[in-house]
Amino acid sequence: MSETATGAQTSDGTAGGAKVTAGVKELREIARTLLAEGDVRVIIGWEAARRGARPVFVTDPAEADRLIFDARCVHNLVTYLNPRRDHVAELGKIGLIVKGCDAKAVAGLLREAQLTREDVVLIGVRCGGVLEENEMPAAVTLTPDNVAPRCYGCDIREPALVDHLVGEPQPEPPRPAQTIDERIAALEDKPLEERWAFWTEQFSKCVRCYACRQVCPLCVCERCVADKTRPQWIEPSPHARGNLSWNITRALHLAGRCVGCGECERFCPVGIPLSLMNRKLQQIVAERYGYTVGDDPEQAAPIGDYRLDDGQEFIK
Amino acid sequence: MSDFEPRITAFVCNWCTYTGADLAGTSRLHMASNVRIIRLPCTGRIDPLFIIKAFERGADGVIVSGCHPADCHYTSGNYHARRRFAVFHDIMAFVGVDPRRMTFSWVSASEGAKWRDVVDEAVANVRELGPFEAYRALAPEAERQA
Repeated sequence: MSETATGAQTSDGTAGGAKVTAGVKELREIARTLLAEGDVRVIIGWEAARRGARPVFVTDPAEADRLIFDARCVHNLVTYLNPRRDHVAELGKIGLIVKGCDAKAVAGLLREAQLTREDVVLIGVRCGGVLEENEMPAAVTLTPDNVAPRCYGCDIREPALVDHLVGEPQPEPPRPAQTIDERIAALEDKPLEERWAFWTEQFSKCVRCYACRQVCPLCVCERCVADKTRPQWIEPSPHARGNLSWNITRALHLAGRCVGCGECERFCPVGIPLSLMNRKLQQIVAERYGYTVGDDPEQAAPIGDYRLDDGQEFIK
Repeated sequence: MSDFEPRITAFVCNWCTYTGADLAGTSRLHMASNVRIIRLPCTGRIDPLFIIKAFERGADGVIVSGCHPADCHYTSGNYHARRRFAVFHDIMAFVGVDPRRMTFSWVSASEGAKWRDVVDEAVANVRELGPFEAYRALAPEAERQA
């Protein structure tokens, strides 16, 4: 079927039912030029498919027209730059399409010397928010009901770290019925026992598939502590106790590093609200150390850094 | 729970708190005997996973203690630990662990009396909170029956 060969592209210039915007045309043109002139060997972006947008690797300049960008492009493609994925690096120099939040993850890899800036050409897209659930046959307008909650209050709808920036300025993402911060505040209003009951219930669902880790652009360890058996710090079987240990450890290892792209939660097959943990840690480092994660690789991360006068009200 | 004796694991640094605890002993200070000490080179060596593991293995409370700021044998280990444990302290409270089960302190080699106070207070806090049954309830079925 030609549909599988070319994605859901149709010949009249529409992508999955949506008109190709000037921004997408610009995106395709840049991708085509980069590939044709040999500046990159592969462009990693999104294409339209029957069940929504999906990641695509374009190596042939003639196929640059497969690329799209709209609110269905939820994936953080920076996970393909993760040094654990050496099979991607084998493809040659990468051109990567990034939203603002994705650019923060690139900055994270650069900050931690997992990547050099020359290794990748970044094509930034101006973003007005993405869908919470991307399996839409056609691009749709964002509403408070379908917007990804993390997009509300986004501080980086136009990435600065990029080599090319495309698209028209976008409107602010709509406000979801309940923001992540409101959900955290509601949880914090509850007594300790109820919070414990909430989280142990959530974590008890965990099947330890480690999808959260695999998809995370910043889980870069070659050998994860959860896979170590001598000593075995984290019990590997999926029961409540080991699950708590794993989920706290995963979140802590991303403290001050997590960019809030929400991929861990989106990939979680059992629906653990990992964004609440990640966002809470962002709040903690913001409150204690005035740190907000951005797309400047020179900005030092809060954990691994210190000040002589850091707060220590919890220490006797 | 009058017959409840808290089990507390203390992770201490070799250079300050361990020596301070030693001083408390040689000074024959009276203090609660509920604390098992684990000596590490530095508070910077203490991974939050150690604390989680202690709870998994049945601790009702933990103590983390090391050199005062500016006194670290390795210059900055305690500063790094301070940030790490601040974040850990806050996220554990978010998850629903009573922060009184986790005591963090700076005790120098000359502060035997302070170590006694830290221990006595930690034991009193945990005694009041009772055994950490909530954590033990997470154990796998087979282990709970054993």
